[in-house]
Amino acid sequence: MFNAYQEGVIILLCVNIIAVLGMSVLTGFTRLFSFGNAGFMSIGAYCASILTVELKLPFIPAILVASAFAGLVAYLLGSLTLRLKGDYFLITCLGFGEGVRVLFNYTQDLTGGAGGYPGIPNYTSMPFAVVCAILAFFIAWRFIHSKYGRNLTSIRENELAAEAVGINVIRFKKMSFVFSAVYAGWAGALYAHYLMYITPAMFNLNKSCELITTTVIGGLGSLTGSVMGAALVTLLPEIFRFLSGYRMLIYGIAVVLIILLKPDGLYGYREFSITRVIRWFKNLGKGSKKNKKEEVAQ
Amino acid sequence: MLLQQIVTGLSVGGIYALLATGYSLIYSLLDFSNWAHGEVAMIGAYCAFIVVGTLQLPFGLAIVGGIVGAAVISYLNERVAYRRIRHNRSPNMFLMIAAMGLSTVYQNAAGLIFGSKFVTYPGIQVSSVQLGSVYVGVLDLISLICTAIILVILVYLINKTRFGLNVRAIASNSYTANLLGIKVDQCIALVFLLAGALAGAAGVMLGLKYNVYPTMGNIGLKAFIASVIGGLGSVPGAIVGAVLLGLIETFASGYINSGLRDLISFTLLIVLLLVRPTGLFGVDVQDKA
Amino acid sequence: MTPVLEMIHVEKNFGGVRAIDDFSVTLEPGKIHGLIGPNGAGKTTIFNNITGIYTPSAGKIMFDGKDITNTPPHTVAQMGIGRTFQNIRLFSNLSVLENVVIASNLRAKYNLPQAIVHTPKFRKVEKELAEHAMGLLKIVGLEDKANERANSLPYGHQRKLEIARAMALEPKLLLLDEPAAGMNADESVELVEFIKEIKESFNLTVLMIEHHMDVVSNLCDSVTVLNFGKTLAEGTPDEVKKNPAVIEAYLGGADE
Repeated sequence: MFNAYQEGVIILLCVNIIAVLGMSVLTGFTRLFSFGNAGFMSIGAYCASILTVELKLPFIPAILVASAFAGLVAYLLGSLTLRLKGDYFLITCLGFGEGVRVLFNYTQDLTGGAGGYPGIPNYTSMPFAVVCAILAFFIAWRFIHSKYGRNLTSIRENELAAEAVGINVIRFKKMSFVFSAVYAGWAGALYAHYLMYITPAMFNLNKSCELITTTVIGGLGSLTGSVMGAALVTLLPEIFRFLSGYRMLIYGIAVVLIILLKPDGLYGYREFSITRVIRWFKNLGKGSKKNKKEEVAQ
Repeated sequence: MLLQQIVTGLSVGGIYALLATGYSLIYSLLDFSNWAHGEVAMIGAYCAFIVVGTLQLPFGLAIVGGIVGAAVISYLNERVAYRRIRHNRSPNMFLMIAAMGLSTVYQNAAGLIFGSKFVTYPGIQVSSVQLGSVYVGVLDLISLICTAIILVILVYLINKTRFGLNVRAIASNSYTANLLGIKVDQCIALVFLLAGALAGAAGVMLGLKYNVYPTMGNIGLKAFIASVIGGLGSVPGAIVGAVLLGLIETFASGYINSGLRDLISFTLLIVLLLVRPTGLFGVDVQDKA
Repeated sequence: MTPVLEMIHVEKNFGGVRAIDDFSVTLEPGKIHGLIGPNGAGKTTIFNNITGIYTPSAGKIMFDGKDITNTPPHTVAQMGIGRTFQNIRLFSNLSVLENVVIASNLRAKYNLPQAIVHTPKFRKVEKELAEHAMGLLKIVGLEDKANERANSLPYGHQRKLEIARAMALEPKLLLLDEPAAGMNADESVELVEFIKEIKESFNLTVLMIEHHMDVVSNLCDSVTVLNFGKTLAEGTPDEVKKNPAVIEAYLGGADE
């Protein structure tokens, strides 16, 4: 049905969706910035690879252990740093992400150092990646649409008011941080077993920035928006491959333009809804131009 | 060896300080870290390169070119992007994302225009002088002296002039400042111009020291760390933080391992923040109920 | 009977500034106590000390017989102290209903796996929460606005929503920070009735900061007058109105 190239793109898309969903919970719903999520991805990637290569563990247990380990690291880091405010927290995440990268460069015996870790089995098939992405979306959706998600959202909206209604802000920030790290670890594990070869440099600061930017482009506070953002950021460069050298330039310009012209991102603070689309099409049928404009502007 | 390390550390720290003060100034006004600031320095470095390399003009003019070019870009960032985001009343994080977008744009544009290879300023001799028993780079000494002069002027500007007073007023409360008749937007634009000029000077010095290349702006990250060490929004803090970071990095590479340099500075940074959550000189802005 | 709230010689310093100096108050169950005084007298600082946003520099705060002097804000709220804010602090981008539901999340006894699988228990709890919240919205008269965004409400409704949200905690003690601010005379009268009503039906004890003297006179059993962090006078609203020190502070100081 798909050729190898298309399968590869779809797997990458699924990996990005999972990582961005984690970011979306953290940034879009809790308003916490992490420039360290590439670090969590690399922890997941290396941990899962070491488990499948050295310990010959099957893939699914390896993913579970790797994601849990990324979550544990986030828990410990968050316990130390989540009391810091704004950019002070941000810089500690950034430091963490870069620190992990340097550490993997220096643990030659375990990770192969800067040269990379080769010989990872090719376990990430396209159907498996798709199932993972759907499962990740499903869990994130239900998480957000429960008391947990509401608590996170209240922190985003007003920390002081959240405290005043009995929400332990630090505890739920930590939950959000761990959630995003588990997702990043999950994405990293899939990524490693698709590429079959990983280096610390793949998970650098640029990767973390890309995750945040994708989340913002997709729209803060919207899981469906995040999926669309991930699709846009993964697929557009593939479509515009012929532009090769100009790709990142166009990407940067697009980011700036979206922030300037569409401040809520593609789908800020609301979810994609099929009924809205149906209504839009019905109005389209009725033909009134004014109606259409109203719907689009909504 | 020790003296040499100290001079190197101070001169690196000085360059960080030129950038870090820009971070602080902008943070104090807008509560956001301008992630495109490193790229502003990079553009300054390339502007200087155009003047001295392409146009074959004397190096003195190149310095001017670098400073002016960076200042203009910094000013344009504010006028074209940041101001609009502020007026949209978007959350502050959008400024940061826009800055990240701009830095991607500049980095890649520079790569496309100048190529990704390193370029050097032609006709500049790098020599050393003997100070007591050690050799110290002339460049390091000159950049150290220039930086010190620039920073003294900057601190004077902020603390003793009408412009500085306005800046401090906006930093403390831009709404009230506006009511008092201070032209807030104009003042912010001037600060971007000033920060850009400082970054341009830093860019030229970096270019002399480590060559000019499209991703040289990543050094901005170091300056950001320096301003966090000093306490976000504090200009003296940024200077102290930058000098500290410069010394720590130099000593870490000299005495421990240059590959672990960043890991060491990041670890120290996190430890510092755990002890002092708002850096050395930062003020804790309590959210008032 | 244990007092609901007891503040004993509470003092709060910021740097060298003494924001509250030797403040004491005792609230018996079912009473409404008012805090009045010019701006900057330290009224909101007292609220912030009770709710744990600030830690008192000296003194002791007892709630329902338990020492809450060093208790973090969320624990204070969980113990049963609800509050509103001087500058309204709603969860602006969320719906009116969600604002109230969030405040009753504490009573949602399900765990994460149950939330993800949507077990019958989860559905039942969520349904109860929504119904409970709707009930509160009905009391404040916002039930037909349940699905609107909180920041789209007019000012007076936002104040009511904030009270409904505080009520969702099922508090014993309600702290109201200038509930009548920005209201005209008619609205103030309505507010007085409303506060009396919820006080009766929910068995509340209320501590309120208020500038409108008519509101204070109509509602409060007793008041404390503050000026520059010091207690000027304490007594029934009528008593303090006649107190010369109070008249001096109001006429000589900032008039509000």
